[in-house]
Amino acid sequence: MTEQRTVLTGKHLMQGDMACAEGAIAAGCRFFAGYPITPATEIAERMARRMIEVGGIYVQMEDELASMAAIIGASWAGVKAMTATSGPGFSLMQENIGLAAMTETPCVVVNIMRGSPSTGQPTEPGQQDVMQAQWGSHGDYDVIALAPASVQEMFDLTIECFNLSETYRVPTFLLADGFIGHLWERVIIPPLEEIKVVKRKKPKVPPEKYIPFKPDDDLVPPMANFGDGYRVHVTGLTHDEHGYPRTDDPEVQFKLVQRLCEKIRKNAEKIIKIKELMLEDAEVAVIAYGIASRASISAVKKAREAGIKAGLLRLVTVWPFPEKIVSEIANQVKAIVVPEMNYGQLVREVERAAKETPVHFIPKLGGEPHKPDEIFEVIRRAVK
Amino acid sequence: MKAVQEFEMHHPMAKYLRTERFPHIWCEGCGNGIILGCFTRALDELKINIDKLVVVSGIGCIGRIAGYLRCDSFHTTHGRAIALATGIRLANPNLTLAVISGDGDLFSIGGNHFIHAARRNIDMTVICSNNFNYGMTGGQLGPTTPLHSYTTTSPYGNIEHPFNLVHLAAAAGAVYVARWTALHVQRLTASIKKALQKKGFKFIEVVSPCPEIFGRRNNFKKAIEMMRWLKDVSEIRHGYDPSKAEITMEKIVVGEFVDVEKPTYEELLQKKYIKVQEKLREKNAG
Repeated sequence: MTEQRTVLTGKHLMQGDMACAEGAIAAGCRFFAGYPITPATEIAERMARRMIEVGGIYVQMEDELASMAAIIGASWAGVKAMTATSGPGFSLMQENIGLAAMTETPCVVVNIMRGSPSTGQPTEPGQQDVMQAQWGSHGDYDVIALAPASVQEMFDLTIECFNLSETYRVPTFLLADGFIGHLWERVIIPPLEEIKVVKRKKPKVPPEKYIPFKPDDDLVPPMANFGDGYRVHVTGLTHDEHGYPRTDDPEVQFKLVQRLCEKIRKNAEKIIKIKELMLEDAEVAVIAYGIASRASISAVKKAREAGIKAGLLRLVTVWPFPEKIVSEIANQVKAIVVPEMNYGQLVREVERAAKETPVHFIPKLGGEPHKPDEIFEVIRRAVK
Repeated sequence: MKAVQEFEMHHPMAKYLRTERFPHIWCEGCGNGIILGCFTRALDELKINIDKLVVVSGIGCIGRIAGYLRCDSFHTTHGRAIALATGIRLANPNLTLAVISGDGDLFSIGGNHFIHAARRNIDMTVICSNNFNYGMTGGQLGPTTPLHSYTTTSPYGNIEHPFNLVHLAAAAGAVYVARWTALHVQRLTASIKKALQKKGFKFIEVVSPCPEIFGRRNNFKKAIEMMRWLKDVSEIRHGYDPSKAEITMEKIVVGEFVDVEKPTYEELLQKKYIKVQEKLREKNAG
């Protein structure tokens, strides 16, 4: 198949959802399955137009259960695959997100978060699915979730999601809020050769010597695609290194679940990305991600103007949670301020890592983002 | 284990099976082994390249079939086999793709995926082992349990009208629809061969005896009695109107009900792809 217009190198004015679709294409995504949902529909619409141009597949499935199942199937057939949704669809996807975690299937799930619970506020942004991203499906497994704070990052971090997903064979989430998804900003798309793209590692041994779920030192097993001649059996049941069900052996279950978690935890330092602003001498730290981090920048600058030594830690990686980094900052500062567009989610992780350092939470519900002054006021009170 | 070794040495179909996983989980008298046998014979007679074969199954007794076949195989979450297979098919059109699962998996929890894959005419062969109940969980009422039959969750007799699967498949748009019982080994094998060679969404229902779980509660004291029953009540009628082919304890019409041609999703997509690429070339040249 000829491939044209794969990477739209240049400067563009784009919506966040569109930039996400372009990032996926640049990362090598050639399969998109989805179901319409506000505020993520524009990703599906862009993919419906663009996949056929680049020789990929767009398919609209009957629901989000099917969308998630389809991208797992496509990934095992050797094609990088993605779906995009919002809260209600993310809930339906949890079943097969668990399957993707259990079967170590590289795939990317974009969640453009809206006000919730339930049907909630379809057209209003929120950050209410942050804990669900890690804990949404039953059982123990670790995931990776990145939170973009600009349209440029919708492009860049979608690529990063694919690279991490392929590296660690884990479902990886782009956890964006409706603000960033619907925001229009300038995006710079670099030339194709400057974009770093990672592909899953393949078996180096012939089929008769291949043990499909036997990990390398990084705890990730090489992956043979369907049709490669390796004849792999994949199951959501507890399985041994051969991929065969072993549901009554406690040791097999322990070893498998441990590895599903540890392959992320042991590689956390390599995975985690953060952005710091004026933290070196800070006495109060704002910890934020996504849209909430944008107002936090203004708030921190205002605090500095008012003579308060404030700084910002922006979490680009939400999961695995940057616990060590937050702990170190907590040791340095007198107080931590956490603004989130929810009623208190990632702040619980911050509190856990901060130990005795006081944490001031600023909830925000309804669809309007935090105002810089609201955050500034809490900073001011926190250091009084 | 001696039996397994002898099977490996002498059985012509052993090469298609992960014999290291034997003995299998199925009860004595179950029809699932017969379906597995017919499927492997169809593969053998068609000389299918097993390296390019993918079998997808869901949850339930027959769901374990994916793990017994020595090919790329996926044992999915409950009900999602067809949705997952859709992803496999579209991502790699060169694979031979079969979904083999049960009546509860395909038509209760997975019913929505079945009708939509049939509507889209995604190229896959779907084989349903219909044993009238949820065998693996101990024999509960399912979407195909005959009216008035006894299960653990219909202890006073079933009051739900069952699905007529061949009618459902035909109405949803399947290009090939057949029904056999586990007794019709030759005809079932021929049907599987036909389906594997045909493009589009193909559906084969296999009425499969479940003497241990369903039979015991419904007056079949031995496995052989269920087989005798299948022999007595089944009636071969090719081209029969599927809407009239409801299964009752008194009558099971079997045969080929639908065999039509219709462009597949993949074929229609390929045509669109060529058009889009032409336009792009024109645009680039201009």
